[in-house]
Amino acid sequence: MYREGKIQVWQDYQKEIADNHYFYVRSCIRQNFFPGSEQTFLKIVRTELGKDIVENPHHTTCSGIGYHADIVPFDTIQTIVARQFALMTEAGYHNLAISCITSFGIYNEIIETWKEFPSELEKVRNCLKRATGREFEVPLNVAHAGDIIYKFRENIAARKKFSLINQHTGKPLKIVEHIGCHYSKMFPSKGVGGAEFPYVLAGMIESWGGEVIDYPERRHCCGFGFRQYLVMSNRGYSVSNSRKKFESMEPYKPDAIVSNCPGCPMFMDRWQYVIEEMEGKTYGENGQGIPVLTYEELAGLVLGYNPWDMGMQMHQTNVEPLLDKMGIHYDPDLKYAGKDGKLIGKPMMTGCGC
Amino acid sequence: MELYQELTRDVRFIEGLKSCMNCGICTAICPAAEFYDYDPRIIAAIVQSKDEERIEELLKGDTIWYCGECMSCTTRCPRGNTPGLIIMALRSLSQELGYFTESEKGRQQLAIKRVIGENIVYRGYCVLPENLVPELHPEQGPVGLWIYENRDEVYERVGANYQGDGEGALRKIPQEAMDEIYRIFEVTGGFGRFDKIEHFSKIKAESMGFTEDGDDYSDYVKYINTNNNGKHTRQ
Repeated sequence: MYREGKIQVWQDYQKEIADNHYFYVRSCIRQNFFPGSEQTFLKIVRTELGKDIVENPHHTTCSGIGYHADIVPFDTIQTIVARQFALMTEAGYHNLAISCITSFGIYNEIIETWKEFPSELEKVRNCLKRATGREFEVPLNVAHAGDIIYKFRENIAARKKFSLINQHTGKPLKIVEHIGCHYSKMFPSKGVGGAEFPYVLAGMIESWGGEVIDYPERRHCCGFGFRQYLVMSNRGYSVSNSRKKFESMEPYKPDAIVSNCPGCPMFMDRWQYVIEEMEGKTYGENGQGIPVLTYEELAGLVLGYNPWDMGMQMHQTNVEPLLDKMGIHYDPDLKYAGKDGKLIGKPMMTGCGC
Repeated sequence: MELYQELTRDVRFIEGLKSCMNCGICTAICPAAEFYDYDPRIIAAIVQSKDEERIEELLKGDTIWYCGECMSCTTRCPRGNTPGLIIMALRSLSQELGYFTESEKGRQQLAIKRVIGENIVYRGYCVLPENLVPELHPEQGPVGLWIYENRDEVYERVGANYQGDGEGALRKIPQEAMDEIYRIFEVTGGFGRFDKIEHFSKIKAESMGFTEDGDDYSDYVKYINTNNNGKHTRQ
């Protein structure tokens, strides 16, 4: 009975993730900092999983960073989101696949608002019609792109070239998973595992051979805070919150950090460099930083993709310590090469405290 | 104008404030409360009290601008409140009335509008590679500088379609799409918000001794982006 009860409780924390035919909407931050991850996602979904996924070049930002920095009114963002839905409707799709966690939270917030306040939905339909002439249907299924990788994590495991196993010790790699706040803190039922037991990244890590680190500040925000990073004089907030997490995870000696959020991996990557510059403190082995990855980069490494094709040279904190542990061969001379193989200059310094 | 009544016109306020018993669990979980001299429990208590004078103080003060809108508070509140949504309604009203210019943190809205707002309306993105100017973003480090200086080649290498036609990351958003976004801002009050931010900021800039000088108050924008009086954090 006890086990059955636990299974029943766990069922309450599951969400339905569409099986196929996705309409993809991109993330502003990820296009800037992790464009290779979005490409990797599409490659995995289309090539490895054989699924149908489309995008429309006419889709735009959802304006979410502007909304959460409070310069974009609620009516405006609702109508921009409705326009994205119209593009999906016109393409004949019903399942939305969202690259961004901020957008994912916003899409859910708006759909839930329309359920609770039907007058808002009517207002937005009118606004969209007046502004663009378009009409829309609400998606039948709303998934974060990470949900889709989670759903098919065992298919990826079946095709893996590398495992999350330390090739030197034979032991599972110890991975910190960081869930973007807007994935499930606002609407727990919309995330795998809810807000209490988010399993979307932990499931991937375990399926691919790694071990998830549980540490005290596991669910603490990375510190983006929208205006708290966007405005230069507020960034102490941002780095302080990331530092709190690094201090908390340090004793568990993580081999890598993986995140499903656009901003979080960039901040946790860059703030390690900043903290080393400010305090001389590093959190990884041998005076290095802890590599920070997107879940697509992690999946891509497991599938044997070239790390430089995926854009991992765009990280400040070097990823090579993780590649070495996984037994991945890479050409360091090609790390900063362009498409034609010729060197695109070279950063003055990489890593943090190396 | 009754401020409390104005707040209740925002569905986010209705959703965010059901009934607060002032337990403080929102403050316990709040990243902003750890860093700033900030207590979301007090924000909820003030608006729930309907005390117009204290609500006006909130709208004119720094406090409402400390929240990072991570929404960690909503997960923990035993009464189903969301102080983060209350903050969003307060910030909207503060900008509507021009009160945001009365505080150092509130004044920063102009700097955000000038970059993020104009990116959205004219480029279809919230952020762009060309925004990451190294002197404004030292945290991006040497790799960020390398990306910034070689962005055409770096983005091409990793499969993006930077400023190109068609699909892909960082593609140029087609003009027809941008025209629709523009009309959405016209129809839904997006430009109304922008105009108010600009209008009240210019009045404030003049009162602080800044002049337009043909460069649209760029010295003021630089000042609000970088100035910090050091009195915001927990001592």
